[in-house]
Order: sequence, then C-alpha cells, then structure tokens
Amino acid sequence: MRVNYTTPLMSDPSPDKKVNAARSPSEGTPPPPAPGAFDARSIDLGRIECLQILNERGELDEGLRPDIDDVELLRLHRAMVLSRAFDARMLAMQRQGQMGTFAPNIGQEACAVGQAWPLGEMDWYSPSYRSFGAQIIRGWPMDRLMTLWDGYHDGFPPPEGVNDLPFSIVIGSHVLPAVGIGMAMKRASDPHCVVVNFGDGAFSEGAVIEALNFAAVEQAPVVFVAENNGWAISTPLSKQCSNEVLASRGIGYGVHSIRVDGNDILAMTTATREACERARRGDGPTLIEAVTFRMSLHTTADDPTVYRDEALVDPWKERCPIRRFETWLQRTGRLGSDETEAIRAACEQEVLDAREKFRAHAKAKPREIFDYLYASNPPELEAQRMAYLRRLDRKGVS
Amino acid sequence: MAQRTMVEALNLALDEALAADDQVCLMGQDIGVNGGVFRVTKGLQAKHGSDRVIDSPLAECGIIGTAVGMAVYGMKPVAEIQFSGFTMQAFDQIEQNMARLHNRTQGRFPIRMVLRTPYGGGIRAVEHHSESREAYWAHTPGLKVVIPSGPRNARSLLAAAIADPDPVIFYEPKSVYRAFREEVPDAPESIEIGKAQVVREGCDVTIISFGAMMRPATEAVEDLAEIHGIEAELIDLLTVSPIDTETLVASVTKTGRCIIFHEGHQTCGIGAEVAARLAERGAFEYLVAPLRRLTAPDLPYPFFQVEQHFLPDADDIIESAKELVEWT
Repeated sequence: MRVNYTTPLMSDPSPDKKVNAARSPSEGTPPPPAPGAFDARSIDLGRIECLQILNERGELDEGLRPDIDDVELLRLHRAMVLSRAFDARMLAMQRQGQMGTFAPNIGQEACAVGQAWPLGEMDWYSPSYRSFGAQIIRGWPMDRLMTLWDGYHDGFPPPEGVNDLPFSIVIGSHVLPAVGIGMAMKRASDPHCVVVNFGDGAFSEGAVIEALNFAAVEQAPVVFVAENNGWAISTPLSKQCSNEVLASRGIGYGVHSIRVDGNDILAMTTATREACERARRGDGPTLIEAVTFRMSLHTTADDPTVYRDEALVDPWKERCPIRRFETWLQRTGRLGSDETEAIRAACEQEVLDAREKFRAHAKAKPREIFDYLYASNPPELEAQRMAYLRRLDRKGVS
Repeated sequence: MAQRTMVEALNLALDEALAADDQVCLMGQDIGVNGGVFRVTKGLQAKHGSDRVIDSPLAECGIIGTAVGMAVYGMKPVAEIQFSGFTMQAFDQIEQNMARLHNRTQGRFPIRMVLRTPYGGGIRAVEHHSESREAYWAHTPGLKVVIPSGPRNARSLLAAAIADPDPVIFYEPKSVYRAFREEVPDAPESIEIGKAQVVREGCDVTIISFGAMMRPATEAVEDLAEIHGIEAELIDLLTVSPIDTETLVASVTKTGRCIIFHEGHQTCGIGAEVAARLAERGAFEYLVAPLRRLTAPDLPYPFFQVEQHFLPDADDIIESAKELVEWT
C-alpha cells in the first residue's frame, strides 16, 4: 500500500499537501551532472515527509485512512493498554523492592506497538531496553520480561521461535548487528526484514551512524526506528544535536526517511508496515523518526525533577497515544466505554498473572554462570569453574 | 606440496573455506577488487563473487558489528581489519557483541566469526600500523586469540579458526607475510586451537614465544646450541587464548629455566599471564633461575626510524639464556 503522506506533523509549518519524496529533486531544476562530477549548484535534498493520521483530538485524516480492519484496530489498542499496564506494575514492583532497575515507557506505547506490529515470524527485531511493549507482541511472555529485568539470566535469550536479539544495554550497540542480519537475509535471498529501534541519544553514537551507512550501501532490508523522545537521561535534544529533525540524517546517507507522529498508533503502524514491505521487496532500508516524549523517568534510578521542568510534560499528556486512539475508536462506535474499562481490567489481570508466574519460576542458578560463554570451556576456565563451585559448596549454595 | 609465503597460505585457507561452505563470507576494506592491502584476499572476489567477498565501507566498528549480525543469522563471516591498530575503533562491537552474545543468549546465538588482522612491527610502517595488543583480546572473556608464526601453521590455524564454534581473533604477523616460503601441503592439515607446539626440544632453558617473534627465537636457539652449548626448548604458543598451560608447565619443570619472548608490551602482557600460570602450577619449585620476560617496553610503538631497536631480538635471548644457565 502506498500511503499518500499529506498531513504535516504538529510542528511542521508547511501546509503543503503535495507528495514529495524525500530524495527526489525539486521540480524545474536542471538534470543532475554525470555521476562523480562536481556539481557547483546548491543541492536540494527535497523535504521530509511527515505522517500523522490521527490528530491529538482523535480526529482521523480520512484521506489517509489505513487499511487495517476492526479486529486489528482493537488488537492494536489492547497491545498499547497491556504495555501500559505492564509498565505501571513494573514501576510499582520496583518501588516496593520487588524488581530490579526498570526503564518505563509511559507515553511511548504507540511507538513500541506500531513498530513491532507489521513484523512476521520470519522477520527480526532488535530492540533497545525501553521496548517491552514491542517485545510482548513479538512473543516474549511478560513473566520472562520480569525475569530479565529482575536480574535473572534466563530472561535474556529470546524464546524459541522468536527471532529477536536480546535488548541492548550499551546505547546503540545493537544497531550494527541488526544491519548484519539484514545483510545475511539479502545474501540468502530471504524476503524478510529487520526492525531496529533506538533513541535520540543513541543517534549521537558513531556505531548507529555507521549502521545507517552500511544499510544504505548494502541496500539491506532494515527499518530503523529512531524514537525521538526528547531526552537522553538529563540531556535534552537541543544539547544532543543542532538539527533536531533526526530523519534528515537518513537523507544524508541515501536512506528513505520519514518523520512520524510517534504518538499516533495508526501513523506508526502504517509507516512501519510500508517500510517493512519496501525492505522485503528489496528496495532497501528506511529511517523512521518517531516524534514522541519521555513522560516518565529514564529508569527507576533517575530523578527528572533535578534537570527538567515538569511543565514540559504537560502538553504531552494531551497527546497520550492511548487516549487519542480510544477517543476515535469510541466516536466511531468501535469501542464502548464499558469495553474500554473491561480491557483495562483484563490487561491488569494479565500482568498480575504474569507476576505470579514470574514469582513462582524465577530462580537464580549460580551454578550455571560458566555454562554459556564458549561452546566448551577451555581448561583454565574449567579450573576457575571448579574453584567457584567449591566456593558455592562451602557457602551451602545449591 | 608447494612452497608458499604466509600471504599465499592464508589466501589458500580462505579460498578453501569459501569453496567448502556457502555460509562463509569475507568482508573488509579493500579486500575485494584490490585483494587487501597485503593481498591476502587476492583473486577471491573474482572467484567467489562480490556478495561473498565484500568490500565494506571504511568503518571498523561497522565491519565487526555487521559481521556479528551475519553470524547471528547463521553465516560464518571472516572480517578483515586492515591493521590491528585500527581494531580499537571496533572495540565496542568486539567487546559488547562478538565476545558475549553467545553468553548473553545462553547459547542461542553462537557467534561463529573470525576477525583477521595483521599485527606487529618491523616493516617501517607509519604510526598506528605496528601494534601488538593481543593481550586486550586475551583479557576479554568469550574470545579465542590465535597467532600463527609461519605459512604452514597459518593455513591450518586459519582453517581451524573458521571452523571453530566460538569467535576468534586471528592475528597475522605482517613482518612474516612475505619473509620466507615454506612447504605447505596441498591437502588441508588440522591444528587444534588451544595447543602449543614444542618446536625444538632441549633441557637447559625453555623459550616461549609466538607469531613474528618465533623467527628471532629460532635463530637464537640455533646459536645457543651451536656456539654456546646451551640446549634450549622452544615453544610456539600458536594460541594465546586459551593458553596451553600443560605444555608450558611440562617444559619448565624439565628445564628449570624460562624466557618469555614477545612483541606486546610487558605489563599485563601474555608473558605476565604465562609467568603467573607457571607460578600457580608449582613450576617455580623447579626453577633454578628467575623467570625472565623479554618484551616490548610499555611505550607506544615508536616511529619507524627508531623501531629497529625497540623490540627484543635473538641476542637478548642469547644473553638472557647464558645468564640464567650461569645463575647461582
């Protein structure tokens, strides 16, 4: 499906309704010089498409109505509600001393859900750490995610049948491997794609820029989702970069690039779906800049009151991705207000059930820590293992 | 049998690996049409195609990071970093992903990949082109570090590295690349990674070395026997991680004297680890003289007009061996 991107994002001053591919030159310019020749004219990179389908008031741009049936629409809604229920419960558990350090994602549910939704089983996903809403869709049981966040190694590997990398912790370190997966897919002629996400802070990492370039040169089937939530712990976007339109970087590298309202689930799903289709059919990578906001903490070890005015958060409360979508679903008769409450309660219960499962099964396995580094342990490492096991024996640790 | 340089032997091993396994691919800067700056990959792109012998953009971190991803998807990439001094730009991907993704995922994603890179001094190269930092990688859990010393073992060890289930850093002694030819059999030979080789048996002193330093070590051992009447046992480590402790302990308990001879810096170098293992394993009880390290000083590798005196040489071994034999 080719979406007619016509609606500027909230901050985009241009009322231009014309489709204008980011990489195509403006009309009326003379033909470009021969490849490799120096062009003395100034260079027109065109303008960046911005996509918003559902505005802050929950009004749909009818011209952009996506091809998503009602069942899918309600599943998108539920996935966002579930993500927020998980988020709230994890935060509560951490505050009660029942969970390790956790990175909340409140307000960014449309980014997470929208970017994972178009992926099939054979596609790959390479998440950063704030992406649990997407991981749940990809097939990570919530109790496994709790296991992971609470410091048990068992939670880290992707479940069988889930083609995901474990989430990255060193900022931006997972983006190059995602491109490598795409390069391997291309060499195997597999018609799949990879979605990888990272934040505005990660985009300052050289490795992320290298990844963009490798994907462009290789025309690898990779979709980069840059979640621009405005903050890298205490560093605002204005101190992260001077051109705050992150999508512009993709254009510089020859990557098809688009800016999307990251709090609009229909826009996120549509843009990612189209980018995935482009990747699968061999037309190369896409950069999606999802404009959103980090409503809450960087992690539970963080206190934003030290560095940011809470008044900055207020306008974004009006842009809540879940409320916006619910407003539209209810206005169009797809969702009753009773049903909304029932879904919320069911999601909360699902998270509580996951917590019970987590509590029942999470088990530290100190005797296994030497078991996964090498295919088989070299003698010196085996000797270290034996010494370690003797320490456990001495302490009575099973 | 054919007489081959190390460059030709490595080229043979890569050619054989590409022919034997569809999942093997090579990637790096200038390795395709150009055949690599040292021509190790000469002719391989023409033979195996640009999809399998990949000229990558100039970004070391990018090369290793994408190679890790290819390995996750089931390929067996052999990535070349043009000079080992440039691997520092890939440190992040080596440390965070290449070395630990297998452990992170509890074995779900084996990282079958090799990072090949020329290391060491002695070729009058510009700054940053002569480093020997193998100790970094030996210090990183999850990696294996292999360093051949001649054409014949280079071919076999590279084949073993590509076949290995774990990620391997493969350091190629660039001063040996074209220094001499050696008989390299047509049929593949196998050498086990993690095993040292006793190159010459002797009873008076053990000399432990690897890589390019095996040449001066061999020269010293011959002179010691012929001129000084000292029978040295010479051990080529071949793998510096994991170190073959057993072979070293057996030799030093026999000779009672030990010299460790390498190009890397002294502090926390491979020699330090070897010495510690010998001490821990009780070999010191057999020592009749102090153990000695002959290494590069703890300095950045110097500019090439003064490099000829920077590394220890055969004379240093001879002098040390004589001192140790006469130790009372």
